[in-house]
Order: sequence, then C-alpha cells, then structure tokens
Amino acid sequence: MGGGGPVIPNFGQGDSCVTGDHTFCWGWVKEHWGDTLGPALWQHVELTVIAVVIGFAIAFPLALLAHRYRRLEQPFGALSALVYTIPSLALFQLLVPFTGLTLTTVEIALVGYTLVMLFPNIVAGLRSASDDVIEAARGMGLTRTQILVRVELPLAVPAIIGGLRIAVVSTVAIATIAGINVTSLGLGYPIYSALREPTPFKTEIYSAGLLAVALAIGADLLLVAIRRTAVPWTRAAR
Amino acid sequence: MIVADTANLHTFVDAFRFIGDHPTFILTKTLEQIELSGAALGLALLAALPLGVVLGHFRRGSGIAIGASIMGRGLPSLVLIAAFLTILGIGFVNNMVALAVLGSGPILTNAYDAVTGVDRDTVEAARGMGMTRTQILGRVELPLAIPLLFTGIRVAAVTIVATAPIAAIAGGGGLGDIIVNQASYRLEGVLGASFCVMALSAVVFLGLAGLQFAVTPRGLRRTSVGTVPTRKEQL
Repeated sequence: MGGGGPVIPNFGQGDSCVTGDHTFCWGWVKEHWGDTLGPALWQHVELTVIAVVIGFAIAFPLALLAHRYRRLEQPFGALSALVYTIPSLALFQLLVPFTGLTLTTVEIALVGYTLVMLFPNIVAGLRSASDDVIEAARGMGLTRTQILVRVELPLAVPAIIGGLRIAVVSTVAIATIAGINVTSLGLGYPIYSALREPTPFKTEIYSAGLLAVALAIGADLLLVAIRRTAVPWTRAAR
Repeated sequence: MIVADTANLHTFVDAFRFIGDHPTFILTKTLEQIELSGAALGLALLAALPLGVVLGHFRRGSGIAIGASIMGRGLPSLVLIAAFLTILGIGFVNNMVALAVLGSGPILTNAYDAVTGVDRDTVEAARGMGMTRTQILGRVELPLAIPLLFTGIRVAAVTIVATAPIAAIAGGGGLGDIIVNQASYRLEGVLGASFCVMALSAVVFLGLAGLQFAVTPRGLRRTSVGTVPTRKEQL
C-alpha cells in the first residue's frame, strides 16, 4: 500500500510546533505547500473536474431520453437511487479487481455518484417548462425538437446548474475517500497518512481538510456566478 | 504506484467464501457498525429534528436550514472524522459525533422544508377553528410534513450507514476495519466486507422506504418513495 509516499511529517526534526504536534503550524504548511498540499489540491481539482464532465456527458443524453420516453424515467431513477446507497469506501474496493489501484477506478466510482446527482435534476429541469409555455410554442408551429432546444432546454438551465452544484460539492467530498488505500491522488491521501501516524498529525489534517472544504465552497460559488450570467432572468428570484 | 493482488472474478468467489468462512466475525463487525450508525442517527435526530420543526413552525432561520444542507453535502466525511479525532480522541465517541454531524444536515433541512411547505391556507383554517399553536403543530403541520420529514431521516440514515465504514480509520470498528486492512484480510476479505457494507446500506434504504410508506398519512401516499430527493435550487 501507500506508494512512494510523500510527506509523513518527521517528528524527529523540524521546529517545536511540529515536534510538539501543536494545533496548527503555519511553518509546516508553508514548507510543505510545494511538495504536498499544493499538488494534492490540484489533483483533487482534476479528479473532480474529470468526474463531473464525464458524468454530465452521460447523464445529459440519458435525461433527454427519459424526458422523451417517460417510461424510462422510473428505471433510471431507481437505478441511480440504488447507486446512491453504495458506500464509497466499498465501491472503490469492488472496482479494484477490474481496474486495479488506478485513476480509472477512482473515476468510475466518482462518475457513478455524479450520475445520481445530475440525472434527476436535469430531468426535473426539462419538466419545469409549464404546459402553457409548451402549448404556446406548439401553437407557434415549433417542432418537437425545436421546442426542446429553444424552450425546454433554456428553461432547464437553472435546474441543471443546481444539479451540477450538488454533483461538484459531493464529488469533492467523495474524492477524499479515494485517498484511503486506493490512490495517492487528491487531498484525502495526506489526511489519511496523517491519521495513520502514531499520533495523528493535526496540522496536516486541518490544512488538507480546510483545503477540501474551501474547494467545495469555491466551486459552488463559481457555479452560482455562472448561473447568474447564464440565466439572468432568475436573478430576481434569488 | 500501489500494487494490489489484482485478479479476476475468482476474487469475488473468494470474497463470498470469506464471508462463509467467518460468519461470526462478519456478524460481530456488522453489529458494531449498526451500533455506531444507530447511535449517530439517534444523536442527529435528537439535535436536528426538533430544531428543524420549530424553525419551520415559526418560519424563521431559513439561513440555518440552507447552511445545514450545504454542510450535509459539502463537508467531506473523511475530514469530519479526522477533525473530530483530533479533538475527541480515537474511538466510538468521535465517530458518533462526526457521523451525527453528517446526518443532521438532511434531517434539519428536510424538517424545515416539510413544515414550512405546509399550505398556509390549511394552517389559517386550523387557526380559524380555534386550534392553539401546539395543536396546529401537532395535528396539522406535523402529519402533513411527515413524507418530506421522513425523507430527510432516510437520507440521513443511508448517509450515516454508508459513511460508517470510514470510521474504521479512527477506531470506530465495524466492517470498515476489514476494508481498510487489506494487509491482514487480503483482497477477498476486503471485498467480502464491502459486499456486506453494500447489503447493509441497501437493506436500510429499502427498509426505511417501506417504513416511510407505512407512516405516511393515506391521503399523501402518491409521493414517490423510491427516488433520491432533489432539493431544487436551494443548495
């Protein structure tokens, strides 16, 4: 396990803050930003972006299908609800016999979870156009495809972005679990290594943990900003 | 990179053999996990349910409700468990508190939404009939709030049960002990325990869906019980 591990804090040397395992050592954070925290943060961003992009690429066409053929929604919905109950720690391990301890393993699991968040929200968004609006569009002579592209999709954008927010925030959280014996990528790995020290090294736990939370909040705020520019008409409604 | 004894479908057969060979061990670990999850869910219910219902009744503190829902999703479980470990030490208590914090998010948010979502005209009518605040809460708002309220409890329960294996890294015991200790139990043990964890979550999920259907007032039963709730536009 463990790989060519970076950065287990060396209790033998270092300043008194680190050796005494004080609550938070700025010195350690500065010293190890370049070799531990920075790369882990960047890897975490990559893990999240890859998962959400692939998840969206799968969920979007599925949602379009479920929107047109309504009877498909129930099975898709039930399947995604079932995936949602699979504990991430277990899912990562169950993929290991197939894809090994690789990035692929991590991403397959993460993509699975994003589907659960994205699919129902996209479907709900496509449904959100009121019957009157659809009726009016039909009365104007729009075809089914035109109604989808020009009416239903634009009206679905707020709900789709809402789904993306949930997916991104959840993926940031779940990706930390991959740091437990599956990959050395991401912010979960330094936290897990710090926990496995004879005395859990607080500074590493807190700094990597805060980065993960900050990443989730930052990504969420970014999506809110995107929604504001993409769908200015919802601005009044919060 | 890390090297596992990656294999093939035989590993899965071995995984089930592992479960068959160590039934009492697996059962003990499962019970440990249920104990931890139950304690955490109880604590979360105790803290979040009354707060959500009361806030909803007075239609105050939507900020708290929204904050709780963000907290529920955005706080990585690993970070929570690790952080509480540094404060409360290794063992049962730190994991119980960390899991309870995770679970209280959906409970609080859904309780708040459920009670505020009750039709105001209905509440007005109850007041017009001369009901007191307590009666309105107990006889009108709460019964009507049950479906959504219970959805929150179900999401919390599934979240807690699904997260509980991670507690093993902080001395929480349970099936996670096997999953994170491949050195001792080999891949088949890890997979066997993973299957048990999955089965446990599925049982909790389905059991609570059934229970939810049973406790929902008959007139409200059309709501779909089996789907993942999506709280549009709130996060």
